[in-house]
Amino acid sequence: MTTQLFTGAEMVVKSLSALNVKYIFGYPGGSVLDIYDAIFQQDEIEHILVRHEQAATHMADGYTRATGEVGVVLATSGPGATNCVTGIATAYMDSIPMVVLAGQVASSLIGNDAFQETDIVGCTRPIVKHSFNCRSLEDIPVAISKAFYIANSGRPGPVVVELPKDILIPQNKGEFEIDTNVKMRSYNPTVKGHPKQIKKAVKTIANAKKLVIYSGGGIVLSDSSELLTTLVETLKAPITNTLMGLGGISGTHENFIGMLGMHGTLEANKAMANADVILALGARFDDRVTNNVEKFCPNATIIHVDIDPTSISKTINAHIPVVGQVDVIMQQFLDELATINFIPDEEVLTTWWQQINLWRSVKSLSYEKSGELIKPQNVIEAMYEITKGEAYVASDVGQHQMFAAQYYPFAKPRQWINSGGAGTMGFGLPAAMGAKLAFPDKHVICVTGDGSIQMNIQELSTCLQYSLPVVIVMLNNRSLGMVRQWQDMVYGGRHSSSYMESLPDFCKLAESYGHVGIKIDHLSELNDKLEQAFSIKNRLVFVDVHVDEKEHVYPMQIRTGAVDEMWIKKGVKA
Amino acid sequence: MRRILAILLENEPGSLSRIVGLFSQRAFNIETLTVAPTEDASLSRITIATKGDDKVLEQIVKQVNKLIDVIKITDITDRKHIERELLLVKVVAMSDKSRTEVKRITDIFRGSIVDIGKQVYTVQLTGDSSKLNAFINTLKNETEIVESVRSGCVGIARGEKALRV
Repeated sequence: MTTQLFTGAEMVVKSLSALNVKYIFGYPGGSVLDIYDAIFQQDEIEHILVRHEQAATHMADGYTRATGEVGVVLATSGPGATNCVTGIATAYMDSIPMVVLAGQVASSLIGNDAFQETDIVGCTRPIVKHSFNCRSLEDIPVAISKAFYIANSGRPGPVVVELPKDILIPQNKGEFEIDTNVKMRSYNPTVKGHPKQIKKAVKTIANAKKLVIYSGGGIVLSDSSELLTTLVETLKAPITNTLMGLGGISGTHENFIGMLGMHGTLEANKAMANADVILALGARFDDRVTNNVEKFCPNATIIHVDIDPTSISKTINAHIPVVGQVDVIMQQFLDELATINFIPDEEVLTTWWQQINLWRSVKSLSYEKSGELIKPQNVIEAMYEITKGEAYVASDVGQHQMFAAQYYPFAKPRQWINSGGAGTMGFGLPAAMGAKLAFPDKHVICVTGDGSIQMNIQELSTCLQYSLPVVIVMLNNRSLGMVRQWQDMVYGGRHSSSYMESLPDFCKLAESYGHVGIKIDHLSELNDKLEQAFSIKNRLVFVDVHVDEKEHVYPMQIRTGAVDEMWIKKGVKA
Repeated sequence: MRRILAILLENEPGSLSRIVGLFSQRAFNIETLTVAPTEDASLSRITIATKGDDKVLEQIVKQVNKLIDVIKITDITDRKHIERELLLVKVVAMSDKSRTEVKRITDIFRGSIVDIGKQVYTVQLTGDSSKLNAFINTLKNETEIVESVRSGCVGIARGEKALRV
């Protein structure tokens, strides 16, 4: 009996099949033509042809954030691979699992400055969790299965696999074997929290007088929002989410005190500043949360639960570190609370909640609704009403991102898809496309601005090709709003390069791509036209909403201040 | 404060560049770095001498440990350990006086002259970094240094403690 032999290109596709991959997001080119030929000759995996490789990475990323499945990107060597760099960095900063298969020139040419040769493994080294250089046929299945394992375990992240052309071509064949049960002596992420630390943490929590739970993207990544909700309800404590953690607990839960940080609510930041115990769950004390670290929560005992030991005591010293998976550790907390027969002290809680409700009564998210100008906040609120809070919302980066985070309370994790760590403009549309691909029957919104949308607007073409009828809601303020806000507040109102001249007619642009364009420039027509947009099911709708260009995002932390030092509106300090 | 870190990692292409890249990316200091395969060819051993306060050191150790290729890292500075560095130094040895002095100093430091040219001696010396510094300073007073090369330090814990898989 003869064993069946396969080319390297076939092995790539077979490896992905073995790992249950449904979609590859990519763009062909010289060094990966053999892989494209292999994709053509099978029907288990669908390839999505984007219009720019950056969009392939964001689309894979959006697909992953919506589903939890690892996204796969395929790009050719040289510029194809370097176009992926921003998308890889975006995934890395937000700990999103991703496998990027990058073509490379033939092994004999590597190092010769060959046509379309770039050292992509070198280029991406600081922004990947790991990378592999395949040098032989046998390397291919091993590298790909390891890449998936590494990308999707521990603290997730992107992994690059470099594939030189000579191991993909039809002339080279070999036996195919793949072991998807990967074990590595050098990589064993911690899962369970250390029992001593669990006991210590629970004792501290049980004795807290002003406890705040501060949870982040780790809750979303580990799909543990139910456990988190149980923990919150057991402790009856206030909970705040980071930008990445929104949806970790329902945005309408009575214990939820809003997002914290730079554009968080006053009550969330005040609660943090006044807490005696902070329980950080899958969050990393990012500088957009802490403000001035020297002034950060001076009276709090900090319990920091994180899967990545480097996150602990990096910016803020943790008094009780607990390393491990946040879902497993929350269960350990609940078990320990049961063991010690924990009953919340109602008197202590009442005092604490009275204080929090006093901060809440300031209504830091209120904004002035006057005149005919459409307020951007109002657009998000209308969007929330129409979609009953159930939509997937993928955002670009800027003021609209913050408005969406503030005014669309997410009921569930994975509904909110945004580039939090990297702050990548151009992320929104392809990310929304990835979510729509996964959930064709759900409302998927791309909230964007007139700046961000133009960074990947070419993907309108991909949307038509693959029938991805997302609803694009563009808050058009004819300027780079967040840049302009900083220029207003910090740079004496000098609007250096923050205006957008010569904007296209976005509706006509959408129409030329075969989509529907709806323009809204009067407050009176906002609701009706938005409803109309969401009622169109089978076509992409591009809603161009002209909003008040002078609006700023508030509340806003005062630079170099403590976590709770905030502007709550123009010129008004909390 | 100066620290000596011993790292055991997979001997894979790119694993050294990941370590070096990490140090530059996060603005950590490298004073010296030595690397070579171990008796098990699938493993490499690195010794890094670095400087930083406790907070920086904690991050260095954690960040290095986080690299997928790294099996173990340990800070051997505070334990009983042996630290060695190799120096090869070429010095001017033209006059009788300078030849005698170089020979004498080399003997005192327990080094050895490993090569002789018409006008130069090449001296080999091992020891910890401060001994090598002292030797070079002493030589400088007696003759001219033409060229010198140092290996950077390697370190190992004393006693039963071992860094292995």
